[in-house]
Amino acid sequence: MDEVDRKLLAEVQEEFPLVEEPFKALAETLGIPSSEVISRLSSLQEQGLIRRIGPVLDLRKLGRRGVLVAVKVPDEEACKVARIVNSYREVSHNYLRPNETGYNLWFTVSADEGRIEEILKDVLSRTGCKILILPTLRIFKIGVKFDIY
Amino acid sequence: MDDVNLKLLKAAQEGIDLVERPYATLGEKVGISEMEVISRLKALEEEGLIRRFSATIGHRALGILANAMIAWRVPEEDVERVGKILASNESVTHCYERASRQEWPYNIYTVVHFRTKEEALKVARELSDAAGIKDYKVLFSKYEYKKTSAII
Repeated sequence: MDEVDRKLLAEVQEEFPLVEEPFKALAETLGIPSSEVISRLSSLQEQGLIRRIGPVLDLRKLGRRGVLVAVKVPDEEACKVARIVNSYREVSHNYLRPNETGYNLWFTVSADEGRIEEILKDVLSRTGCKILILPTLRIFKIGVKFDIY
Repeated sequence: MDDVNLKLLKAAQEGIDLVERPYATLGEKVGISEMEVISRLKALEEEGLIRRFSATIGHRALGILANAMIAWRVPEEDVERVGKILASNESVTHCYERASRQEWPYNIYTVVHFRTKEEALKVARELSDAAGIKDYKVLFSKYEYKKTSAII
């Protein structure tokens, strides 16, 4: 990743232009040809530095609710439980976060309230683990932007 | 939301193609014109259904490996003030208020991404000082089983 890549990455993580020729718009900002913008973005995507370019949605506006769930499962058995949890497409994040309380597996579900209830009931019966359900009450900040430099 | 918008969002969230006219390509998938794709996406952004149209960064590829969730125990009447203070820190990517439980009394959650654990712990101490909240837990991710964007 060179200096131009860094500038490009910083630019597109902020906003990708919604115009007919977005790469041309970016090219003008950066002072490089638009074909180079495309080839650089392709390469950044191949390297995994860009996951995708698209809309970041506010699903609450579609009646979706969010909940964080902690599962009490020993560190070494977490993998098995994680596989069950991952099988639901409504589960967006799932992490092993070992700590002294024993609530080691942490995942988030985004769905309508009825579906969330259904999934959690299902997870309970399939794993037999104790869980903590922590519904989102308010979002103060959501904006994953990274310091490229 | 009408069916066309739903179809458009479903297609768009897969990520646009890296071609000269990506919205024309997207329009072909949905069955609408390039102009309509752009105007619909803009309208959805204005309505707030689209928070922003941008590139999602693969932070692991950037070498940002440590991600810590910090859970804060904040008195009910103080949530508004503390939430705003924590959210205003540049290192914090997410800040949520959540319902607490008897055996888990934490009610504000912040996520910070870092290259090293030490940096994250330092920020946790700074946040604690700034907010005046001493009861908190730093939960580092040891393994990522799943990470996707919220999708429809």
